[in-house]
Amino acid sequence: MQVTAVRHADVLVVAVTGRIDYMNAEEFKSALQPHLANCVAGGDKVALDLSRLEYVSSAGLRVLMIVAKDVRARKGTLVAVALQPVVREIFEISRFTLVFNIFDSVQDALRAISPAAAAASRAG
Amino acid sequence: MRVRFWGTRGSLPVSLTAGDIKSKIVEALLAAAGRNLKTRADVEAFVERDLPFPISHTYGGNSSCVELDIGTEEYVLCDLGTGVRPFGLHVLARKGPHARCTFHVFMSHLHWDHIMGFPFFPHAYIPGNRIVIYGCHDGIEEAFRRQHAAPCFPVDFSRLPAKIEFVKLEPGKRSRHAGLDVTPMLQLHSGDSYGYRFEHGGKVVVYSTDSEHKNEDAASTQEVVRFFRNADLVIFDAMYSLADTVSVKEDWGHSSNVMGVELCQHARAKHLCIYHHEPVYNDAKIASVLKETLRLEEITREGHTLRISSAYDGLEIAV
Repeated sequence: MQVTAVRHADVLVVAVTGRIDYMNAEEFKSALQPHLANCVAGGDKVALDLSRLEYVSSAGLRVLMIVAKDVRARKGTLVAVALQPVVREIFEISRFTLVFNIFDSVQDALRAISPAAAAASRAG
Repeated sequence: MRVRFWGTRGSLPVSLTAGDIKSKIVEALLAAAGRNLKTRADVEAFVERDLPFPISHTYGGNSSCVELDIGTEEYVLCDLGTGVRPFGLHVLARKGPHARCTFHVFMSHLHWDHIMGFPFFPHAYIPGNRIVIYGCHDGIEEAFRRQHAAPCFPVDFSRLPAKIEFVKLEPGKRSRHAGLDVTPMLQLHSGDSYGYRFEHGGKVVVYSTDSEHKNEDAASTQEVVRFFRNADLVIFDAMYSLADTVSVKEDWGHSSNVMGVELCQHARAKHLCIYHHEPVYNDAKIASVLKETLRLEEITREGHTLRISSAYDGLEIAV
């Protein structure tokens, strides 16, 4: 499991690669948290790019719920992007589609949450 | 071993309404239109084969009560929800009112929906019957006595003619009762609940209801996986969606279908039976949860195939 981030203006696109289960869920949480530190009203917006996430178990989803609730309390913006079909189904079955705004691509997400970031992404 | 489900609903019993029945009949007649159903056998075959379960049947509405039949004269039950009433009537019908029976009952916990059938269990009112109630809670006898006391019920516990005994079990300690090896496990639920691992003749049935599996750390997950290890059947509280159990219904003491599939996959259990259905859910909703659970097992399967069922009042599973 790997977590990496790329900035486009006020949006951090945080890419998650690999599998998340109960054995590495805490590691995932620790890896995610620095990228969410400034995800507050008027701060960074965060798009979780899940296009390379192969599998997420309930333990990983629990981490996503914790960070989503935390960000919501701080009035920040956190969205999920480009779920692989299996992960999309897991989100649907577990009702996490009701927890996250989900976009089909990073560009779709950037256009929706920050036109400046969309422009910066196209330029860069 | 045969496992019979007499009550499968969580929290409180429910029943179908007149509107629910009408809706099922309308759907069934629409599905039958244009078919050549001339005899009763034709119709019964159509109902069994061609109608979806939530149209042709119902998951039922009695609260928790499951029978483990190991082929002996004595009866073994888990919990005394309202399902124990039809169970008792079934035994009466088979054996008559003069038969003297022994019942062994393993209690997950003492919340109302798990004890509320007992005042309506006919065998408690017949002298000569013996009812042995097992559990790990302190105060288990008091809970039953209080339920029978005025002003809640007209017949005081002390007036019940059956011989009623209480046996305290220890979590984690395997002991032998009613021909079964029984190991209780402490579970996360308000006031605590206990799961049971029953072993008999090389078969294993786990009864794990009213348990919130939080998945907060690998060690506690591993403990549950060990308890479920290689079980032939796991009866599992899947009352809520995963998202609910980690948000609005966190600490409500119940689990999800997602958690049931994962734990059973890790434990290499053979059969998961989702149980303790949310009382708000209608038959169509419970059927859709089963469909999604089957799909989850399919897309997350890694070599080991897990059979999945959804419990309904009247279901019988051969183990």
